[in-house]
Amino acid sequence: MREGKLVFWLLFAPFAAWIALLIVIPHIDMLILSLREKVAPRVYETGFRNYADFAATWVYPWTLLRTVVFSIIATGLTFLIGFPVAYYIAKIAQGRTKAALFMLCLLPFWVSEIVRVFGWMLLLRETGLISNALQGLGLTSGPVELLYNDAAILIGLVYTSMLFMIVPLISTIDGMDDALVEAGYDLGGNGWTVMTRIVIPYAMPGIIAGSIVVFMLALGNYLTPTLLGGKSGQWFTAQIYAQFITRFNWELGSAFGFILLATSSALVWLLLRLSGQSLSNTLGR
Amino acid sequence: MLASLPRSPFLRFAYAAYVALFFVYMALPLAVVAVFAFNDSQFPGLPWEGFTLDWFIGAEQPRLGLINDRRIVAGFFNSAFVAFWVTGLSLTVATTTAFLFDRHDFRFKEFAYLMMLAPLVIPGVILGISILVFSSTLAEAVNSVTGYEISALRPGLFLVILGQFSFITTIATLVIAARLRRFDRTLEEAALNLGATPAVVFWTITLPWLRPALFGAGIVAFLISFENFNTTLILNGSNAPLTVTMFDRMREGSTPVLNAVSVTLMVGSGLLGLLGILVQGRGQKP
Repeated sequence: MREGKLVFWLLFAPFAAWIALLIVIPHIDMLILSLREKVAPRVYETGFRNYADFAATWVYPWTLLRTVVFSIIATGLTFLIGFPVAYYIAKIAQGRTKAALFMLCLLPFWVSEIVRVFGWMLLLRETGLISNALQGLGLTSGPVELLYNDAAILIGLVYTSMLFMIVPLISTIDGMDDALVEAGYDLGGNGWTVMTRIVIPYAMPGIIAGSIVVFMLALGNYLTPTLLGGKSGQWFTAQIYAQFITRFNWELGSAFGFILLATSSALVWLLLRLSGQSLSNTLGR
Repeated sequence: MLASLPRSPFLRFAYAAYVALFFVYMALPLAVVAVFAFNDSQFPGLPWEGFTLDWFIGAEQPRLGLINDRRIVAGFFNSAFVAFWVTGLSLTVATTTAFLFDRHDFRFKEFAYLMMLAPLVIPGVILGISILVFSSTLAEAVNSVTGYEISALRPGLFLVILGQFSFITTIATLVIAARLRRFDRTLEEAALNLGATPAVVFWTITLPWLRPALFGAGIVAFLISFENFNTTLILNGSNAPLTVTMFDRMREGSTPVLNAVSVTLMVGSGLLGLLGILVQGRGQKP
């Protein structure tokens, strides 16, 4: 049995080192830094001033609220757009078509997010393809700027996180027995009741897994809002980068980081509670 | 709605049309990026001025092709360096962690499993800044005690590797654990009964079974590392990886050389992804 003990510790050590040194301790250190107030050069006190600064400057809570609301909208849109496609691939397409459509879904995501955002910039900007097409069709008289607004941010966010919604949806719906749907119809259900009372409850772990990932990706995104959104389209992550990289106010930046982490954890927890799922049976499957 | 159930031809058509439209939406931005990499113009957009390969192989300004653009070539090698180490490290730790959770019971196992999943629900920016803060604290502490300056703990490729490793390992663990769970333990017992040592059993039976998952996880880890931006931007020092170089260029105003880099990335990651699917597909068969 002593050999078994040794194997256990050999397996446990790398795991513990990873989680302790790169996740737990850095976050504790960040928390300590966020509670540090600079009272004079090289003199510090402990207190909540950085958090008070966050609450006192209206632009910070406003940016956070905006970021959260937009992330929720992006998650909802991704689900609405992606669900019919996932259902089609899982239940309607057959054989080779099914495999090919699934592959097509994955393809855009082998490319860096920066390339995908660049593609939308080329499409949406004033001199871009869509503006040119609209002029060509005579729908507008001059060039139109479609970039640098909130809709552009949403288009980019939905596009960039679609895969993370579709793949868990396909894998849960694919595992559903067709007989359940047939039984639903036999018992007098129509398309809508079968969908809302059989398919969607069955697919719930996939829906929640997809929603959590898409929401987190949107909330933590920096590229898409920065490059597709205008000056007014500030994202909360951009505030964190600004404090860390341009203003060198790491104390305030750490406080922002914690506020974002607390907000996202609370929302993920709420989503899990409302849907009756757990982190292990959605993401950890 | 099932393929086997009768439906009106109109609905069937409308549904298929929606799915087709969806794929146009998915493909359009990438197609646009790819096409304008070959446009003989200073500007990535219309009008179409004719076909050129200058943005790939052009030798001098203002038509400097990507293979002669020193910052882009350097970015490419930095990204490849980071991705290589992240893949190796995360595969190693992910394999031991998958075995830990599959084969061992210990106190607080459920809590440990949640901690293992946690990096997936922490935004990449925060992983980046927390590691930056902690490494700076460490560097300051070492400096004030011994007077040594450990440059690895300052923003740079080493921290980028650690930052990416911190969450890519979770993804790799999930991929490997999923296959390990389907492993038939009686095969190991049979081999042990027949006189094999545990090490031989591991190398000749368990590891070959895991090989497709290891390969798949390795490719996924490499691609995610190569593409990563959020964590990389905050931990990056003077040697910028490719995504950060591209981001800087994009804000300066883009030339089609960015399209050319994008096409190269598409081809490269497409080939890697296909390889991954071939290997995974073979592993799935009984």
